Amino acid sequence: MHLPQPRGPSSTAVVEHLRQPSPGSDAQLRTVGLERSPGITNDEDRLLALWVLQGLNYHGYSGVDPEIEWDLAVVQARTQLEAELEEELLAAFTPVVEELLPEARRDLTGTLFSLPDRVAASAPSMSAWARSSMTAEQWREMLVLRSASQLKEADPHTFAVPRIPGRAKVALMEIQFDEYGSGDPSALHSELFAQAMTAVGLDHSYGGYADTWPAPVLLSNVTLGWFAGRSRWAPAVVGHLTMVEMTSSLPSKFYVAGARRLGLPEEAWRYFDEHVEADAAHEQVAVRDVCGALVADDPDTLPTLLVGAVAGLHVEGLVAELVMGAWEQGRSALRIPLHPWVAA
Amino acid sequence: MRGDRVPVATPLPTELLRLTECEDGPVLVRGARVVVDAQGVTHPVTRPVVALCRCGASQRLPWCDGVHKRLGKRETSTG
Ligand code: FES
Repeated sequence: MHLPQPRGPSSTAVVEHLRQPSPGSDAQLRTVGLERSPGITNDEDRLLALWVLQGLNYHGYSGVDPEIEWDLAVVQARTQLEAELEEELLAAFTPVVEELLPEARRDLTGTLFSLPDRVAASAPSMSAWARSSMTAEQWREMLVLRSASQLKEADPHTFAVPRIPGRAKVALMEIQFDEYGSGDPSALHSELFAQAMTAVGLDHSYGGYADTWPAPVLLSNVTLGWFAGRSRWAPAVVGHLTMVEMTSSLPSKFYVAGARRLGLPEEAWRYFDEHVEADAAHEQVAVRDVCGALVADDPDTLPTLLVGAVAGLHVEGLVAELVMGAWEQGRSALRIPLHPWVAA
Repeated sequence: MRGDRVPVATPLPTELLRLTECEDGPVLVRGARVVVDAQGVTHPVTRPVVALCRCGASQRLPWCDGVHKRLGKRETSTG
């Protein structure tokens, strides 16, 4: 993919260093690493800088030397930005996790199943809107917003596989195998998502719309990227995955209903249709087998697992708040509106 | 009323199946190639693990579509 447009000094320093590394750009990038600014979770410049840096681990950028992934200034900047993120997220979520812990120790399954309603209860529902009121243009915006995660669906969670022990690993692979198409490349979930984008006239190359993503989309993406990049946070990846699975089956059904109401072609909604059944199974496997085995084998993983679960729900709630706020006022939820769709 | 919509038949050979009953939810089935629903209709299994609806409220029978969660809530809140 192409490097996105910078949004301020930090992302400028990152993009310029990747585009043309030099002693000068190196020095510039080191200042990004060292400059602490409170409020990274609202700072789209620093979030974009981190998103670009994490992207070196996933997909790289056209015209950028892949070796730069381990460039010292790059690693230092990423580490520093992630330290800021960690500090802010943990300050927000540690009290919530502390409160949940006694209950989760008694009844892990029940606690996890109750989390979406408790943590994200106030977040507006994009899927309910899809079913009742979403326009075709909003449908396209929704795909563009979700493309940050869904075009690399399952990949960040797969980073947890080598980092968790046997029983949990096996159960996680059971889910991931299904995410990756159960042996059928045409059933790869990221591929189904790409088809959904193409069906409504969108570019499905990863990051093709990065310039349009608002801060909460970047926050959601880099939060998972931060967990996924570190062995220590593997239980958080598992907690995050569990919440993704748990908040997918019923909403997917609403998206299918919305697409049908809008008369969209089947390719536009097959992705969601697939997730109704798939995730009804995955959520059970995630809660009982992945989380259950992980915590049973090592009870000390529980707080980290809960941080991942709560953080995931929280950042997705921020995305929904921003998007629904815009749509209810008849505005675009994107930083740069899309070209209107001319249906074939 | 609900009970008669729930899939009852599982494919052979049953000794290769692994069944996990999820409390207030579906039964997870591993190792099945097909699932035969209550009407005798055969459904191919394409995933390593599938969730069969036990509450009867799914709109995707024989598969669970997650709607049992709503059901559970309604029942507990009313009684
Ligand atoms: S068990 Fe019936 S919908 Fe899940």
